[in-house]
Amino acid sequence: MPIHVRYFASVREALGDAEQLTWPAEGAGPTVGAVLALLQARSEAHARVLDPARGLRAARNQAFCQWDDAVHDGDELAFFPPVTGG
Amino acid sequence: MSLDAWQDELPHLSVQTQDFDLGAEVARLRDGDLGVGAVASFVGTVRQWVDGQQATLVLEHYPGMTERRIAEMMAELRQRFDVRGLRVIHRVGPLGLGDQIVLVVVTSAHRGQAFAACECLMDRLKTEAPFWKKEVSPQGGQWVDAREQDAAAARRWSTSAGNDR
Repeated sequence: MPIHVRYFASVREALGDAEQLTWPAEGAGPTVGAVLALLQARSEAHARVLDPARGLRAARNQAFCQWDDAVHDGDELAFFPPVTGG
Repeated sequence: MSLDAWQDELPHLSVQTQDFDLGAEVARLRDGDLGVGAVASFVGTVRQWVDGQQATLVLEHYPGMTERRIAEMMAELRQRFDVRGLRVIHRVGPLGLGDQIVLVVVTSAHRGQAFAACECLMDRLKTEAPFWKKEVSPQGGQWVDAREQDAAAARRWSTSAGNDR
């Protein structure tokens, strides 16, 4: 199943705007945290930048989400640092 | 509150690169509403950094999610406070020293509700809407760090989303 991944701010600068990820069809459906683990394994830069210990946040279908939220076919997942607007 | 009450707020919200005019926005909000007894507004501006080196600020956002998240906060604000009129403008893109960044205007019958609603929305905007500031100087760019005092300010309103998870 295809999952659309988007990055913003410092994460975007390190990894690019977006990438695609295909979750294996067999087995349990993914969670946001499981998708993150797959992305972290893609490169050293991914592992360094996609780090919840450094304040990484996630959104699923354009709403803030938790790491254990389920991810579905065609979802848009975004990863970014803490927001600093206003 | 209906699930899509946030969509009713979209006409009162602008995320834009252009500047805005506080006086014109206040006039528009007051126009024809004789029940307004109080207008509270907040304008955030680009200030000089301590070392005086920064040349510009660049504001990045997550198009779509930004509008939805702010509109949801606006709908919640109307549930919580006695708000008559509400207007929010947040700029994105490159901004120079002294430029206006964000506008919140609230009209109400009385000042207490207007002040509180304006402050509540600003506190939540800072920690729950997907914007990111980058300082750009001749020496290079630097993403602005989220501040604990902003998270603490938002917590006063007993909400939790975004940075304060």
